[in-house]
Amino acid sequence: MPGRIKDKVLFLMDAVTVKELRKNYNAFTALDGISFSIRRGEVFGLLGPNGAGKTTTIKILSGISMPASGTVKILGYDIVSNPVMVKQNIGVVPETSNLYPELTCTDNLIFAGRLYGISTEKAKTGAKELLHIFGLEEKRDVLFGRLSSGMKRRLTVAASLIHDPPVLFLDEPTTGLDVMSARALREIIQKLKKRGITILLTTHYIEEADRLCDRIAIIVKGKIVTIDTPDALKKSVSIEKAVDVKISPYSPFIEKEFSKITTAMNYEKREDIFRFFIDDLDAFLSELSAFIKKHNLNIESLNTVSPSLEDAFVEITGLRREIMIQEKGGGK
Amino acid sequence: MKGALRSAFFIALKDMKAYYFKPPNISWGMLFPLVFILAFYLRSPIAFAHLIPGLLSLSLLFSTTSMEAIVITFERMTGALERLMLYPVSVTTILAGKISGGACFGITVTIVFLLGLIILFPLHLEKPLLFLMSVVISSFTFSALGAFVSVSVKQVFEAQTLANLFRFPMIFLSGVFIPVSSLPSIIKPIAYIMPLTYSIDSIKVSFGYAPQIMHPLLSLIILVVFAFVFLGLSVNILKGRMS
Repeated sequence: MPGRIKDKVLFLMDAVTVKELRKNYNAFTALDGISFSIRRGEVFGLLGPNGAGKTTTIKILSGISMPASGTVKILGYDIVSNPVMVKQNIGVVPETSNLYPELTCTDNLIFAGRLYGISTEKAKTGAKELLHIFGLEEKRDVLFGRLSSGMKRRLTVAASLIHDPPVLFLDEPTTGLDVMSARALREIIQKLKKRGITILLTTHYIEEADRLCDRIAIIVKGKIVTIDTPDALKKSVSIEKAVDVKISPYSPFIEKEFSKITTAMNYEKREDIFRFFIDDLDAFLSELSAFIKKHNLNIESLNTVSPSLEDAFVEITGLRREIMIQEKGGGK
Repeated sequence: MKGALRSAFFIALKDMKAYYFKPPNISWGMLFPLVFILAFYLRSPIAFAHLIPGLLSLSLLFSTTSMEAIVITFERMTGALERLMLYPVSVTTILAGKISGGACFGITVTIVFLLGLIILFPLHLEKPLLFLMSVVISSFTFSALGAFVSVSVKQVFEAQTLANLFRFPMIFLSGVFIPVSSLPSIIKPIAYIMPLTYSIDSIKVSFGYAPQIMHPLLSLIILVVFAFVFLGLSVNILKGRMS
C-alpha cells in the first residue's frame, strides 16, 4: 500500500479496538467479554464501581497482564503479538503514582525517556518542558518520595508523556487527591485532549466522567452495560420532567392551592422549594404565571430539573448511588 | 539487541543510583563480609590466609543475593517493577538490568575488600585477570540467584528465608572451609550443583592454589550457565504472574 494511502487508512482507523476481552483470576471473572473502540482524539471513559474490571482492562491494554481470550489492537498493533510497538505508542498512568521515590523529579523523567528509547539529551529537554507544563519546575531537584500526593500524580502523568505518545491511559487519575489537585489534573487532561491525544480514562467519579469524556462505557462486574455520550446517556433516562420553584410569601394555604394547577401531574415540597412534575413545560409556565398573579405571589427562583449522569448510571446499572462513592479498600 | 542492552544498562544505572550506592546500603554491603572475615581471622589468624578466597566468594554470595532480593521484592511491593513493564522493554531486559545492577554492587564491594586484605595480609594475587573474571561472573550468577528468589515470593522476609535455603548449605558444602575433594562421596554431587563451588574454585586458582574440581575456565563457563538458568527461571516466573 502506498505510504500516503496507508497514512490515511491509519488516520481513519480507531485508535483502540477491544473485542470480546476476557480475564479470569482463578474462579473470579474479572472481564466477561468486553468490546469497545476509541476514536482518534477522543476521551473515552470507563465508568464503574470498584471491582468492575476497569484496572484489569487498563492492565491488559498496557501489556502488563495477559488476557484469557479476545483481542486488543492499539493503532493497529496487537497487544499480545506486538507488545513492544504498543508500549512505544502509549503512555500509561497507573492507579498508584509509582515513580522512584529515591530519584529526583528530573531523574525520574529522564529515566522514563531513556527507556522509551529517547536520547539522553532529548530526554533532558523533554523533562524540562514537562516540568514547566505541569508546574513542577521548582521541584525538579526534589526526590519524588518527598512530593505531595497531588504533585506525585502530576509527575506520574508527565512521565507518561515524555515520549509524546498518541494514546494515553489514565487509571483513576484523581483518586485520593484533594479538591484543588484534582481540579488541576482535570485541566491538564482537557489540555491533552486539545493536543489531539486519544485518552482512555477509568474513574468511579461520575461527575469527572461527565465533565471530561466524549463517550462513556459503563462497566459493571466485568461487563460493559452501555456505551454512549454523556448527553445521550442522560437523555435515555425515563425520569419525569420537573421544575423547582421557590415562591414568597409561603403559606400552607398556597401549598394546598398548588393542587389546582392542572398542568402539573404532581408536586412535592423540598425544604423551601416546590418540585412540580410536569409533561408540557410551556403550558405549566403559563398556568404558574397566572397562579402567581392571582395569589399576588413572587417567584424567587425557578429551575428546570434535567436528569444527571448519576441518574442515568443508577437507572442503567440498577446500582445504588453510594456504591460509586466508595473508595478502594472499603473506605469513603 | 542494541536497544535492549541500552535499556538494561539504564535500569542497572537507575538501581545503582536509587539503591545500591546509597551510604546505608554500601555500609551494609561492607559490614557483612567484614564481620565474616573478622570472625574467622580472630579464630585462627595463622590459617586465615587460606580461607580468604572462599570467604571473599561467600561474602560476594551473601551481599549480592541479599541486596538483589531486597531491591526486587521492594519494587514489586511498591509497584515500581510493574512500572518497568509499562516501558517498551521485554521482561528479560528488565531482569537483566536488575541483575547487572546487583552484580556491579557485588563487584565493587569485593574489590574494595580485596584491596583492604592485600594491605593487611601478605596476600599474593597470582592471576589478577582470572580473579576479576571470577568475581564478575560470580557476581552476575549470584545476583541472578537473588532475582530468582525474589520473583518467587512476595515479601522481603520471605525472600531472605528462601535465599537462606540456598545459601546455608553452600557455606558448608562448597569448599569454603572443607575442600570439596574431602567431602564424603555421597555429598559431593550436592556440592557440584552449587554455583558457589565453582566460584570458590576459580577464585582459589587466581590466588595460586591448584584447582580442586576442574579447570577454572570450565568453572566460569558453568557459572555462566547457572546465571542464564536463574535468569530464564526468573523471566518465566514473572511472565507467569502476568498471565
